[in-house]
Amino acid sequence: MKLKWLYFAISLIIVLPGLYFLIRYGLKLSIDFTGGALLEIRSQSKLDDQKVNSIAAGQNIEIVSRASLENNTYIFRTKPITQEQNEKFKTELKNIGEGITEKRFESVGPVIGAELTQKAFMAVLVASVFIVCYIAWSFRSIPKPYASWKFGMSAVIALLHDVLVVVGLFAMFGHLYGVEIDSLFITALLTIIGFSVHDTIVVFDRVRENLPKMTKNTFEEVVDFSLTETMVRSLNTSLTVTLTLTALLLFGGESIHWFVMALLIGIISGTYSSIFNASPILVLWETKTSRRN
Amino acid sequence: MRNQIIIIGLLLFCLLINMPPVLTIAGHNFYRPNINLNFLGIPFTRDLNFRLGLDLQGGTHLVYLADTSKIDDANKAQAVTSTKNNIEKRINLLGVSEALIQTSQVGNEYRLIVELPGVKDVNQALQTIGQTAQLDFKIPKVATPSSVADFESTGLSGQDLALAQVQFDQNKVGGAPVIGLEFSSVGAKKFAQITKDNIGKPVAIFLDDRLLTAPVVENEITDGKAIITGKSTLEEVKNLVVQLNAGALPVSIKVIEQRSIGATLGNESIVKSLFAGLVGFVVVLIFMWVNYGVKGLLADIALIIYVLLSLSLIKLIPITLTLAGIAGFILSVGMAVDANILIFERIKEELRWGRPMRAAVELGFLRAWTSVRDSNASSLITAMILFWFGSGSVRGFALTLTVGILVSLFTSITITRNLVRAVYGRTPSIRLREGVRG
Repeated sequence: MKLKWLYFAISLIIVLPGLYFLIRYGLKLSIDFTGGALLEIRSQSKLDDQKVNSIAAGQNIEIVSRASLENNTYIFRTKPITQEQNEKFKTELKNIGEGITEKRFESVGPVIGAELTQKAFMAVLVASVFIVCYIAWSFRSIPKPYASWKFGMSAVIALLHDVLVVVGLFAMFGHLYGVEIDSLFITALLTIIGFSVHDTIVVFDRVRENLPKMTKNTFEEVVDFSLTETMVRSLNTSLTVTLTLTALLLFGGESIHWFVMALLIGIISGTYSSIFNASPILVLWETKTSRRN
Repeated sequence: MRNQIIIIGLLLFCLLINMPPVLTIAGHNFYRPNINLNFLGIPFTRDLNFRLGLDLQGGTHLVYLADTSKIDDANKAQAVTSTKNNIEKRINLLGVSEALIQTSQVGNEYRLIVELPGVKDVNQALQTIGQTAQLDFKIPKVATPSSVADFESTGLSGQDLALAQVQFDQNKVGGAPVIGLEFSSVGAKKFAQITKDNIGKPVAIFLDDRLLTAPVVENEITDGKAIITGKSTLEEVKNLVVQLNAGALPVSIKVIEQRSIGATLGNESIVKSLFAGLVGFVVVLIFMWVNYGVKGLLADIALIIYVLLSLSLIKLIPITLTLAGIAGFILSVGMAVDANILIFERIKEELRWGRPMRAAVELGFLRAWTSVRDSNASSLITAMILFWFGSGSVRGFALTLTVGILVSLFTSITITRNLVRAVYGRTPSIRLREGVRG
């Protein structure tokens, strides 16, 4: 607990670069949010970019970006297009490449995208509020002068830290590797939120149990003691999840690669913040108020 | 003892549900049963195959925006519902199995969500769904009409139609299939007027601005019946009849979201995810064994039951498996042992504080409960919010996660406790209570 400022500093070192990328470049949003179309094509032969461009231009299709994957697989991102435009585009592509097959075609109208953005923010907000309320309720038996809602708030601050870490890092990945934020990413975020609190609660639960027993000790000592007692299980529970996620990251398919990556970063950050952020924040907060009392 | 029997029974039940459709042992074939129950009049049938989402089996997900601007507020919902019913009829024409059509309201907007699993020809599907099936009777404005613009509307349309049916032409040998039309009383009057005014001239019948036929009127028709000839196959005539009866869509619709996924992408993903899941599963099993010894092995048995039980529930509910859902399930394997870790660590502590083994085991389960409860509650809260937030793929993930959390509570507490008691022996409850006090 004496090193709490060091722990906060470590968090800052991770959060700040992400924050820099977030503010400087923003997030690279997928068509889920922005609206637009995505066409994934596999071809037997290499497709010439120039020719593809001229075909697209002929069909009034505006290619916003493109990516070529292995096996002559191409992903084109365009402004929203209709199925007919897509069909014509593919028919013409068959003139310049062999064995053109469509693997995926997605077209999202701008309305849907705007809605998802709004819903995503709501979901994170509502989840946070519910968790504060639940912890405040569950820890209501905490003896005075400690307030149960401070336990809830501390857990949520740690949780927002994890959200910030993941979002920041993905802003960086977006800029460096072109990783996009889609609705799966939001799914990952919410799962992280659930799990981050998981570890925090293990520690807080022990504080709840120890407070009545250790009346002679200061609040800081109680938290410190509880942390040490629960350290192994916090690490072990996260470790099993990390193990399964690593297996998914290594052997799972390409399409959920970044989804799993987001989960993995979030879970690791969640374990760190539970131990090194949530508890110190709680101590700072509760001791400040009790001194005033 | 009774509890152990229940657990073994449950295990066998799950094994039965999760066995391959046909299992060959020493030359004997064992078939997986189908469930076909009728409980208080509610049928419950499951073929016990996994239901795969669009992203895994390929298919198309469509969201249509219904244009209800021309309809009174009071009738909007009704109009959208009947549009949905019409689309359902049309999709049945396509022969897509397990298609899903839903309406949803977002603010003042009405939407139709159409999911077509395994559909090959997306183009055809879109055309069939989107066509308006608007029947029009028109008369030519010029002597030799060459396009739709050369015809003018008579005011008689599909709305005046009472019934369309398949008939067979009695004038020809063999009876070519024709479409018999019956007009409503208003339609019959209009039709009588049109035929009266146009004797000796052609009246063209259009469907969605495509010319079906243009017979020459021979005399006034007052009984409100007409026949459309010129379609050669019975199949064609049947399709048209369904469309005409389904009628024009009450509201016009527009695609605002479309996702088509090829089946190959799905197959690759399934194989890879399954392998990854297996690796993760084995690693967790080893981890528990190495860390907690015999108790770890018992937790491993509970974890195996967890996997079987969750998969059974996914089949029975049924939950549509998506790629994210599978990832969620694999993730949940890692989370399922969390409660066990919390409990076993607690048991270690109780032992360290000098309690005898049996008491430590019981106390471990008892005292770890609050932290297990609270931490799982937070996960459940987010899973529910996820369900509300998402659609399709995300919902699959949220549901799988929810099932995972609930089942893991059961297996990691109830089942593990019974297994541990079976190994270490049960503490008489009186001693347990003393233990709590001390």
